[in-house]
Amino acid sequence: MRRQLPLTLCFIAGVFMAVQYFIPHWRVQDVYDRFLTWLQIIFAFAFLLGTVSLVKVHYHKIRNRAADRGFSWVVLAGLGSMIGLGFFAPGHNDPGSPFDMMFQNVQVPIEATMFSLLAFYIASAAFRAFRARTLEATLLLIAACIVMLGRVPIGDLISERIPEATRWILTVPNLAAKRGIMIGVGLGMMATALKIVLGIERAWMGGGD
Amino acid sequence: MSWYDKLLQVDRRWIFLAIGVAVVVPFFVPLGLPVIVTEPVQGLYDAVESIPPNDKPLLLSIDYAPATLPELEPMALAILRHAFRNDVNVIVMTLHPAGYGLAERAVRGVAEEMEQVEGEDYVFMGFTPGVSAPILGLGVAIRNVFPEDAYGTPLDEIPMMEGIRNYDDIPLAITLAGWSAAEAWIYFAREPYGQQVGAGVTAVMATDYYPYLDAGQLQGLLGGMRGAAEYEVLIEREAKGVKGMDSQSVIHLLIIVLIVLGNVAYFAQRSARRKMALEDA
Repeated sequence: MRRQLPLTLCFIAGVFMAVQYFIPHWRVQDVYDRFLTWLQIIFAFAFLLGTVSLVKVHYHKIRNRAADRGFSWVVLAGLGSMIGLGFFAPGHNDPGSPFDMMFQNVQVPIEATMFSLLAFYIASAAFRAFRARTLEATLLLIAACIVMLGRVPIGDLISERIPEATRWILTVPNLAAKRGIMIGVGLGMMATALKIVLGIERAWMGGGD
Repeated sequence: MSWYDKLLQVDRRWIFLAIGVAVVVPFFVPLGLPVIVTEPVQGLYDAVESIPPNDKPLLLSIDYAPATLPELEPMALAILRHAFRNDVNVIVMTLHPAGYGLAERAVRGVAEEMEQVEGEDYVFMGFTPGVSAPILGLGVAIRNVFPEDAYGTPLDEIPMMEGIRNYDDIPLAITLAGWSAAEAWIYFAREPYGQQVGAGVTAVMATDYYPYLDAGQLQGLLGGMRGAAEYEVLIEREAKGVKGMDSQSVIHLLIIVLIVLGNVAYFAQRSARRKMALEDA
């Protein structure tokens, strides 16, 4: 029963969501609307699950006196303060409220800065690792340099052939390769979805067969 | 130690410093490089431009997080300025939990700058959980997904939402995202409902969307800060996108120089080692 019930629900929901697309009758569409609402509720619970999981992981690190437990304190303090500010501080999450100020002046600059660090590491990695050791690597290097130049105004200034070459690379070989990958991924997704709906693939339940 | 060994062993902090200088200096010494508009950006601009004024609204889904804000916020601001300039109403929403604050600041900032009135010229719906469910749900009824706006006002009490029921009443939906939101909008809005969709994504992701652009599933595509800069040129309001192009030009040139130097040093080292090996033999 523990395995049969989720498998049965999965089958019913999967088949219904596929079949409803072809049945415009209002009763079927009404059920479909309810499914969509339930889906959103489940997504919302996933946030709660994620938060509880985060707290558990870091609580255990602190309790077991792990070497880097200081970072766990920071995580839990940040989480607690933002939750507290959002729920209990005046203005909740309105513009200008303490929550909004913490978000705009702390979280936004920190996240943007972390992502911006990539530029420095990419430059260092490009210098150290980008080598024309083989024919394929050479072609990749040349294409990368053309696209890098073509996507900035200085490329237009150097020669009009650079943006033309960039456009060709993006709309011909890149497009062809991406299309091939997407078709493969799409077919794989369909096969996996069918396997899940029909109960053949059960890894999502945990523990296998 | 020969020159190529010294070069290949250079401390990476010198490279970090060079990148830092390359980013900062153009902000103080602008190069004023012209930005040429490309077809994907022109396509999105034309799609927004074709929306009749004071009629059906543009749907703008600001789905980016703070990490991708530097690339995608200039796009949001440019599109909002374009829509407001043309008296096109805008529905703003987000599918990303961290996008709420960013979407709100973008729409309120531009609305204040262009004296637009909330409820009459724009409405901010806020965040809704899920990806496929809300996008599909908007095609059935907007009020199923957003019964009220972000501030608790029922949609039926918002003047600009009168008669706006679902995708049939939205000529264009644009998503700005640093993750696969654009694909979700194509799969769940464009294909089942025929909703016209445009996208703004990070430069790294832009190459993934050319198949959709080529197939006509996307009306237009803004890729990275260059996309934002091109859009700013089209609306004749240069802002962060255009300003960032000078730095980006210098950095791209610098990275190419570093790649060339690295390869020159590598081949010189390899050649020297082969020569030594032959002499030893």
